[in-house]
Amino acid sequence: MKIVIIDYGAGNIQSIMFAIKRLGYKAILSHDAEEIQGADKIIFPGVGEASSAMEKLKDTGLDKVIPTLEQPVLGICLGMQLMCNSSEEGNTTGLGIFDLDVVRFSNKVKVPQIGWNQISDLKSDLFTNVPEKSYIYLVHSFYAPIGKETIATSEYDVTYSAALRKNNFYGVQFHPEKSSDVGSGILQNFLNL
Amino acid sequence: MLTKRIIPCLDIKNGRTVKGINFVDLRDAGDPVELAEIYAKEGADELVFLDISATEEKRKTLAELVYHVAETINIPFTVGGGISSVEDVDVLLKNGADKVSINSSAVKRPELINELVAKFGSQCIVVAIDAKQIEGQWKVHLVGGKVPTEIDLFEWAKEVEERGAGEILFTSMDHDGTKNGFANKALAKLSELVNIPVIASGGAGTIAHFSDTFKDGKADAALAASVFHFKEIEINTLKEELKREGIPVRI
Repeated sequence: MKIVIIDYGAGNIQSIMFAIKRLGYKAILSHDAEEIQGADKIIFPGVGEASSAMEKLKDTGLDKVIPTLEQPVLGICLGMQLMCNSSEEGNTTGLGIFDLDVVRFSNKVKVPQIGWNQISDLKSDLFTNVPEKSYIYLVHSFYAPIGKETIATSEYDVTYSAALRKNNFYGVQFHPEKSSDVGSGILQNFLNL
Repeated sequence: MLTKRIIPCLDIKNGRTVKGINFVDLRDAGDPVELAEIYAKEGADELVFLDISATEEKRKTLAELVYHVAETINIPFTVGGGISSVEDVDVLLKNGADKVSINSSAVKRPELINELVAKFGSQCIVVAIDAKQIEGQWKVHLVGGKVPTEIDLFEWAKEVEERGAGEILFTSMDHDGTKNGFANKALAKLSELVNIPVIASGGAGTIAHFSDTFKDGKADAALAASVFHFKEIEINTLKEELKREGIPVRI
């Protein structure tokens, strides 16, 4: 299986590489459109600020490539947020795959949300053998609200989308690579798709 | 519901855990990677590695350690100790650290916080603050709490938040090593003052101390070293007890 992690200079990619290695696979890091298009599974990571990450995607032309991919794609954290219509962070226009607008948590809660929270209302093959209310690790200040593409929810300030799916595109707000055995299970499920 | 985090801290010198760790089941008590793995299995929510070595090869040794820890464990970890530039942070994050913590270097040059946040994002920048009460006033201390400054803890915490830090790790030098409990009064004030997570550090001795710091100190996470290293408190047992008291924890 050819697994490609999209490399556009954003985020902690090493952790994802290691998580995949622990599952017994090897991932390649690439920003080359042909290489990405030729993969069986694609991971779209992201940590940092939305508008600068989007700029980096545009610089490499990957903003045009990603929405046309036909194989399973998994956006993680900011990767998932960039797959939405827009983000309030830096007034960013997203890739428009998920029909949701990412907004910031209110100041009623501490921002960023950092730590372990639970996922509920799980639907999709991504959560095969993952029990309701499993704990996952998150670090984020912005969130995607609930929409028709929501396949998992979590609660902090509001009930928000912990995971999204549209056709071959999947997105998770949490970090499966840092979410202990639950996270490894979810990554394995993605690789099994 | 977001849970309260339990964070063991490992002191590192020249790539090895500092002597004094009393794990009978460790093959090599000096191997930070092995210890990290055990803590992760016991239910630690995060780990902190504090590098206290002062050699010239420090950066390379630490980067290698970070790489091996990231390769092995599947929970987040923070690295601190002598970090003073964008380049230092870049190397650690590239090798797999999730967060870095800065301390004295931020006090000496507060703009460093802004620079790191702009380059890497708030989520991975923890500002560690060591403070001690001097005539009833909490004053920030440098160099592992040895050197006092005139800076007020609460003013500095507010500034740290405004400059974009994602988290504050507050160690009370008055409580550190005493095993008499965390500085809950100061922690509660800090937690009300800033709108970013606060990690309590210094003073853990019993399970009740953890419970108190979450309830009275309003801490978002609690860090400890020796009680875990010497197995005085087992993480599993601690979390079961906290859960029984109605404190949300990951089990």
